[in-house]
Amino acid sequence: MEIVVLLKQVPSTESLVEIAADGVSIKTDDIKWVMNPYDELAVEEALKIRESGEGQVTILTIGPEKAVEAMRTALAMGADKGVRIDPGDLRLDGLGTAKVLAAALKEMPYDLIIAGHRAVDDDNYQAGPAVAELLGIPNISMVIKQDISDGKIQCHRTVEGGTVVIESPLPALITTQRGLNEPRYASLPGIMKAKKKPVDVKPIADLGLDENALAGKTTIAALTPPPERKGGRVLDGDTAQDKVTALVNALRDEAKAI
Amino acid sequence: MSHGVLVVAEQADGAFRKITLEAMSEGKRLASRMGCEAYALVLGAGVASFAGELAKYGADKILVADSPVLADYLTDTYTNVIDEVVKAHSPRAIVLGASSQGKDLSARLSARLDAPLAMDCVAVKADGENIVATRPMYGGKVLADVNLEGEPKIIAVRPKMMAVTESPGAGVVEAVTADPGRSAMKQIDRQLETGKVELTEADVVVSGGRGMGGADYTALEQLAASLEGAVGASRSAVDEGWRSHADQVGQTGKVVSPNLYIACGISGAIQHLAGMSSSKVIVAINKDPEAPIFQKADYGIVGDLFEIVPLLTEEIKRLKG
Ligand SMILES: Cc1cc2nc3c(=O)[nH]c(=O)nc-3n(C[C@H](O)[C@H](O)[C@H](O)COP(=O)(O)OP(=O)(O)OC[C@H]3O[C@@H](n4cnc5c(N)ncnc54)[C@H](O)[C@@H]3O)c2cc1C
Ligand SMILES: Nc1ncnc2c1ncn2[C@@H]1O[C@H](COP(=O)(O)O)[C@@H](O)[C@H]1O
Repeated sequence: MEIVVLLKQVPSTESLVEIAADGVSIKTDDIKWVMNPYDELAVEEALKIRESGEGQVTILTIGPEKAVEAMRTALAMGADKGVRIDPGDLRLDGLGTAKVLAAALKEMPYDLIIAGHRAVDDDNYQAGPAVAELLGIPNISMVIKQDISDGKIQCHRTVEGGTVVIESPLPALITTQRGLNEPRYASLPGIMKAKKKPVDVKPIADLGLDENALAGKTTIAALTPPPERKGGRVLDGDTAQDKVTALVNALRDEAKAI
Repeated sequence: MSHGVLVVAEQADGAFRKITLEAMSEGKRLASRMGCEAYALVLGAGVASFAGELAKYGADKILVADSPVLADYLTDTYTNVIDEVVKAHSPRAIVLGASSQGKDLSARLSARLDAPLAMDCVAVKADGENIVATRPMYGGKVLADVNLEGEPKIIAVRPKMMAVTESPGAGVVEAVTADPGRSAMKQIDRQLETGKVELTEADVVVSGGRGMGGADYTALEQLAASLEGAVGASRSAVDEGWRSHADQVGQTGKVVSPNLYIACGISGAIQHLAGMSSSKVIVAINKDPEAPIFQKADYGIVGDLFEIVPLLTEEIKRLKG
């Protein structure tokens, strides 16, 4: 089994996100960078599959040099090797990212590709299915359980109100959803070993893609802070009943929410 | 249809999902502003019988791809049909709901059509030829206005953000014969919890966190039932094993935008807020007056949820009586 995990380095979810002076990007000075949480699930699942059989887990990322940190974390968890595509100055949108990932994947062996359901920075929810389309392979999104046998993968996919079970031949691409597993922590020996694991670096230019085709079809015109939620009113009352009555009145008369 | 707005409907078990009415209404508004027609595309098996309902929400024409092959949603067959419909009609924009199906479908479609996609939009503006879509990024810490270049512009709208409005359209129903092809995949089973209100579609969500102290959510379920709402949970409650992953609200769970969100025993961590701050009205019940959730809540009660929640349920029942 050749498994490729698509991994992105993103600002940690605790990060304070502030809009930069250009109005279309965020300030990155004080940001702590981590592996996208959904990609942690992807790495864990890949390792589990490898442990139950054989094969290799390769981590593929598009990102600047610092993105290697997230890749090293995956290698320390137990992945075998990494490939980093350096985007240089190119700003890739969701589809552009998928095109680059697909081009890189075409030069790699894979039976299964695992991506996150979403990256918590751009929140595009796009790369997984788009990469699968560009490779001409099936994709199953939001997987919380999978089982591989006889060249097929069976997945429990979450949908509104429940789950569906989908079967697909391999090679295929799946995206992860919380509930799939509990990602392991990198062990100290794992961290030591990771330092020696191979990481290939390739500039985008080496993938033979037409740069025009990578030009963003979506561009950010402006970033704005979300509407401020003014901390509201704490309802007073001598007793719990008084407070509840005040709340119900406010919800009915003022907020018209009930 | 040449150059209209195409709305891709989503249905289940003989009825449109709520998100379809939201997408149709928004698609119609967009079409009006762009000065073109709004078309609906309904895919499924046995859908012809109710496809016409979309006329009420502004569909000028309703294209129906009714085939046993389309009975279950599978990314590839659905993509194949939409691809053909797009080639035949060249819509300027495609609007669909950013449900679990819609996210999967729109993402695959963007690659098939080599078209711009704005995912999970909370607002859509049209200015002549241009469409600017507004979508949250970084778990809602910023809103991005996104320009889409090229056509069709694919816009997936976040559930419960677009107003459902009735505005009758001609609603001419037309069968489409697009070839879904054969799916590489197969749906083997479908397990749905019956009678449960879906979190992302609910008008009211009552969520419980670590303050629940255990897996007994009866008090919250009764409150939710009195408001015909759904029950959600913080990640801590899910990690404790008190609630299922499907109930988790937040940055690594579901994003909900109900009219009313009631957070019980939830501190208001930034990752939780990411999943519920687009709710219209937020109520917090927490015994700690310093809990950060009070800074985001429109109304707060400082108190023990086990005392407050049953009283609230009684009061609401009395009101609705
Ligand atoms: C990468 C990452 C992703 C995450 N994703 C999510 C996510 O999607 N969703 C999410 O929710 N969290 C998420 N978290 C976790 C988040 O940081 C918080 O840890 C979590 O939201 C806290 O849950 P809580 O508010 O239930 O618990 P706590 O923070 O422990 O708060 C419990 C609250 O209950 C109150 N309380 C206790 N007893 C009572 C009582 N009897 N009556 C009234 N109030 C009472 C307390 O005063 C306290 O404020 C994520 C964290 C990380 C690092
Ligand atoms: N720059 C990237 N490098 C590698 N994988 C990526 C990149 N961007 C997105 N992905 C993968 O695609 C998933 C969904 O990302 P997105 O479509 O941006 O929400 C992520 O969880 C990753 O698995």
